[in-house]
Amino acid sequence: MNHWIVFPIVLPAIVAPLIAMAMRHDIVLARVFSVAATALLLFVGMVLMADASGGAIHTYTLGNWPAPFGIVLVLDRLSALMLVLTAALSLVVLLYAINGWDTRGRHFHALYQFQLMGINGAFLTGDFFNLFVFFEVLLIASYGLMVHGGGAERVKAGVQYVIVNLAGSTLFLIAVGLIYSVTGTLNMADLATKVPLVGAADQALLKTGAVLLLLVFSVKAALVPVHFWLPGTYANAPAPVAALFAIMTKVGAYAIIRLYTLAFGDAAGDAAWLAAPWLMPAALVTLLLGMTGVLAARALGQMVSFAVIGSMGTLLIAVALFTPQAMSAALYYLIHSTLAAGALFLVVDLVADRRPGQGDAITVAPRFAQASLVGGLFFLGAIAMAGMPPLSGFVGKLLILDSARTALNAGWIWGLILGTSLLAIVGFARGGSTLFWKSSAQPGSFEAFPSVRPALPVVAAGLLLGGTVLLTVFAGPVSAYLDETAAQLFAPMGYVDAVLGAEGGNE
Amino acid sequence: MEFLVASAVGLLAAAGVYLLLRARTFPVVLGLALLSYAVNVFLFSMGRLTVNLPPVIGDAGNGYTDPLPQALVLTAIVISFGMTALIVVMALRSYLESGTDHVGIEPVDGAEGESQP
Repeated sequence: MNHWIVFPIVLPAIVAPLIAMAMRHDIVLARVFSVAATALLLFVGMVLMADASGGAIHTYTLGNWPAPFGIVLVLDRLSALMLVLTAALSLVVLLYAINGWDTRGRHFHALYQFQLMGINGAFLTGDFFNLFVFFEVLLIASYGLMVHGGGAERVKAGVQYVIVNLAGSTLFLIAVGLIYSVTGTLNMADLATKVPLVGAADQALLKTGAVLLLLVFSVKAALVPVHFWLPGTYANAPAPVAALFAIMTKVGAYAIIRLYTLAFGDAAGDAAWLAAPWLMPAALVTLLLGMTGVLAARALGQMVSFAVIGSMGTLLIAVALFTPQAMSAALYYLIHSTLAAGALFLVVDLVADRRPGQGDAITVAPRFAQASLVGGLFFLGAIAMAGMPPLSGFVGKLLILDSARTALNAGWIWGLILGTSLLAIVGFARGGSTLFWKSSAQPGSFEAFPSVRPALPVVAAGLLLGGTVLLTVFAGPVSAYLDETAAQLFAPMGYVDAVLGAEGGNE
Repeated sequence: MEFLVASAVGLLAAAGVYLLLRARTFPVVLGLALLSYAVNVFLFSMGRLTVNLPPVIGDAGNGYTDPLPQALVLTAIVISFGMTALIVVMALRSYLESGTDHVGIEPVDGAEGESQP
């Protein structure tokens, strides 16, 4: 048994209380530990990814209880990829945060580590009640991070965020209850073997449970009609937290990909692919709504939040096709949109920071410090987010369009993805030209900004954008890995055998 | 007994959803508490309702109560209790900072509290 699999959960779980208790008063020490722990997470994530890329699925039975009875952690290509993506994003965001954001409230680093623990746990677990628990861990930490720094607007948005997610958790438990009542298992691999055996009388309960679960994951993934919490939350959250939240919507997408390819795939009998007819229309509407929101936004933070909703729509359109080729494209777009959204949230904060009094509102105001540098970063981020060449958003959308070529509703998919890309371009161009071009022509300047500017925040935003450049340059090897990942996802028996033993039996 | 438990779950959930939609913090907190009670009872009944049976498989072979839902309910109770405490604190903080107990980013005009810009 490879004990490193549990490391991405255990490390933050140890570091977080250590920071909260021993380093409460020493921000420098807390920063060192937090950054070191996150860097270590990235390293271990890469080692695990190298391990998983061979194609073997590793399991870790907690407490050494055999699979369907105890909780298992499962490391396959998809979870390894998500671990590395989380660690890379969080390390860069942390570099941004240690430049001042972390002192605007208490316990930033402890909450940050707990958040990472929850996210890593959700990616690794092979048991869906345990998935609920890790969802709660990451949500509880995110409630704290969301209101970090305080302020009336932020706390108000935080209350709304908490309430929406508490209602979501309630639905999660109901869905778990429904599925357990007809299959008698909480283990995802075991569920995959039990779903085909569910009798005709219980199909209604099973399908209700599965669709409710889809609704819960959609809340996390901000899919229409349960997307409404996202713009308020992300636009009001502290910038580094909003950037980290870029991975939180992907946790929902990950859960959808994992559960519905594993347990409700080809082998599921009556319940096969039951997510697809719900997911596809919702994803199409999400894309349209998100990109329309980009056009209508009055502040930059809001604009990026709506772009995140739109990108989740694009991502889930590809997921909803449920073919290996589309899944590979979806995963590529997932990596891209996480990096691009994270970078844009940081750039928004760079802008807001340099415009005291104006913040990130899209208004014409005097030229601010480093306008051309920040403007350049925004330009790159907007290109990536809107899906223009040469950055990875273009490659991602191209892959998705290509995989949708033979789909049933290819016309809708092509039309909406291409049309909304235009909306996004217009929206971002309008925001950017107001903030950076028209403002340059204004007389006067913002004086309040100190002339000695720390370079780290700009470097952090640049690093995330550099990530999208790397993703474009190495699109070949990355897609090769993702093709293998998708192939693994669409051969769920491999996962089941790895968890339950080669017999695939229960005893 | 099934009818009694089912209608209790239904009633709790209905009251919970109604209160949740009031969009004022106090009713919302109560609504979430009622919803979590509904879920706990629901989870409890998902392993089938049995009376006077031990949660272990005995030698007598006269059946058993499924122990797993009880463990899950315990977890769910702990989490929902903690969450209720958290939401109360955040609602109070929000009320003190913004002067209104409306749930939502933009307060409705005509509410008794005046919001700060």
